[in-house]
Amino acid sequence: MVEFQFTEEQEMLRKAAREFAEQVVAPLVPKMEETDETPEEIIKGMGERDLLAVTIPPEYGGLGLGHVARVIVLEEVARVSVATAMMLQVFHLGIDPILVFGTEEQKKKYLPALARGERLATVAVTEATGGSEPTACQTEARLEGDHYVLNGRKVFITDVHLADVQVVFTRTGEKEFTTFILEKGMEGFRPGRYEHKVGMKGCDTGELILDNCVVPKENMLGKPGDGLKVALAGISETGREGIAGCALGLLQACLESSTKFANERILYGRPIAKLQGIQWKIAEMAVNLEAARLLTYRAAAMRDKGQRCDVEMAQAKYFVTEAAARAAKDTCDIHGGYGVMNEYAAQRYLRDAQVLIPSAGTSEIMRIVIARAALK
Amino acid sequence: MQILVLVKAVPDPERANEITLDPETGTVKREGIPLVINPLDRNAVEEALRLKEEKGGTVAALSMGPPAAEGPLREALALGVDRAVLLSDRAMAGADTLATARVLAAGARYLGDFDLILCGAESFDGGTAQVGPELAQFLGLPHASYVTSAREKGGLLEVEAKVEDGRKKLQVRLPALLTVSRELNRPRGLSFSGIVRARGKKVEVLSLADLGMDPSRAGVAGSPTIIGDISTPTTTRSGEIIKGDPEEVVDVLVKKLTEAGVV
Repeated sequence: MVEFQFTEEQEMLRKAAREFAEQVVAPLVPKMEETDETPEEIIKGMGERDLLAVTIPPEYGGLGLGHVARVIVLEEVARVSVATAMMLQVFHLGIDPILVFGTEEQKKKYLPALARGERLATVAVTEATGGSEPTACQTEARLEGDHYVLNGRKVFITDVHLADVQVVFTRTGEKEFTTFILEKGMEGFRPGRYEHKVGMKGCDTGELILDNCVVPKENMLGKPGDGLKVALAGISETGREGIAGCALGLLQACLESSTKFANERILYGRPIAKLQGIQWKIAEMAVNLEAARLLTYRAAAMRDKGQRCDVEMAQAKYFVTEAAARAAKDTCDIHGGYGVMNEYAAQRYLRDAQVLIPSAGTSEIMRIVIARAALK
Repeated sequence: MQILVLVKAVPDPERANEITLDPETGTVKREGIPLVINPLDRNAVEEALRLKEEKGGTVAALSMGPPAAEGPLREALALGVDRAVLLSDRAMAGADTLATARVLAAGARYLGDFDLILCGAESFDGGTAQVGPELAQFLGLPHASYVTSAREKGGLLEVEAKVEDGRKKLQVRLPALLTVSRELNRPRGLSFSGIVRARGKKVEVLSLADLGMDPSRAGVAGSPTIIGDISTPTTTRSGEIIKGDPEEVVDVLVKKLTEAGVV
């Protein structure tokens, strides 16, 4: 049987997420847009309302609500602020490798504080050589006695200045890659310069500098050489899912602001919503939103069932982010001159949508993944 | 402290523009609009939870409404109330404030003794502000309406409440009923852990028979109020351009505004 309905509990989670977004996040959006800084209240609020505990199992202090719930939360937060949803999705992404590949000791050490929102996590794979080719990684980890010494530089790391726990991808041999759990405060661990994006203002992004960073052996995730497995699992399932969730909320926001404006804006004596040219754009957005939801929630439901879903996640990520970018452009167009004014959110949607496209893999990479599976 | 809080399910205020009136039947049409906890009742729930956290005890939530009112009560459970009871019966439908208060009084008595009963000062949809005081009267309790702050001191509540042109301070002996204003507190948000904690809790549903109440005292049958007419107010605007030299125009304008009773 195919179920196309959320459970009562999931509906209530959506409501709780919407309350957080509207009460805590929405009033801070103008400040984030203006300063490109992350307000403390947002991070604190995420912790207080358990947004970080969603995917962590109860035995490690989380709520174990799973991935459909995760997407619901991301969709609702992104509807108000894609920047905030992006930070949230990357916190989940930082937690995931520990959950999947961590030893019992590592899980017990890190997960409870992450679930309580007292500590934050992120993942650092991308380097200046790019993110889609992790084997080009130049960050090196060298075994010296009972510890590793890491040297290198990561870029485009979301939440890098905020996260206390960072899962870092390194090279440990010519063709050997290994991931480690790093902590803020470790010798030689230093978040670097802030990187400013065209959109998602207020979402922390920047460099991670590792300068003879000393990491105990027990902080390794999996075995030496497991690095690619760890990094790819996180990006292909958790990362793509998260970006698709963010794009869903953006699509929803586009549809809401477009219909509102079209109903209110009077031209030649009647609302522009009466014009067929506007209606076609609205119809496109509405049908894309529905299709986007089906793709994303199906993939998330597969994830909850423990099924392999990397291709489904790629399909969702590709479709939803591209649909969101088109919807954002149409939203600006519907708004006419107001579409390029800072007083209206339409221009923010357009800028945010473009940041979603390369995040967790460009549309070209997604299509390579999808085509590879289709051609098999 | 044993606290009872009244929770009314009302159409989501965010979607208030979808509410229409049926002039033929004299009823409010709100089909398809999700029900939420009446906004001021969220303040009442918040105050109840804060008092419980401070002084211990339990908080029960009570509502009268259609089966769909279970949703908002489940939300109350997720917010942290210990018990949620819905009074729901076909014979309760169409109640005016008197019949509503009478049924709620029966429900409150059924649930036991309370030190304090809290509810929103008025509902978002009906907006009569009558049910709270009527319930207090049925239960023989002292009450204060539109409360903006409340502090318990040795069995007495020191209360500040809004009146038309200011605030009044009063002392209320417990047990008592307070209807609360939005200034009282800032209601907490629904938390995910609250939702998960409330998983095992069920909303108890009681009928008139469960309350041992005669159907003629509830719903339409028990309501003396007769709605004569119901209509959507229409507002019309008209523009008028007054021409002439400035002094003349001002005189005409002042005269017109005076006639209209504006100045």
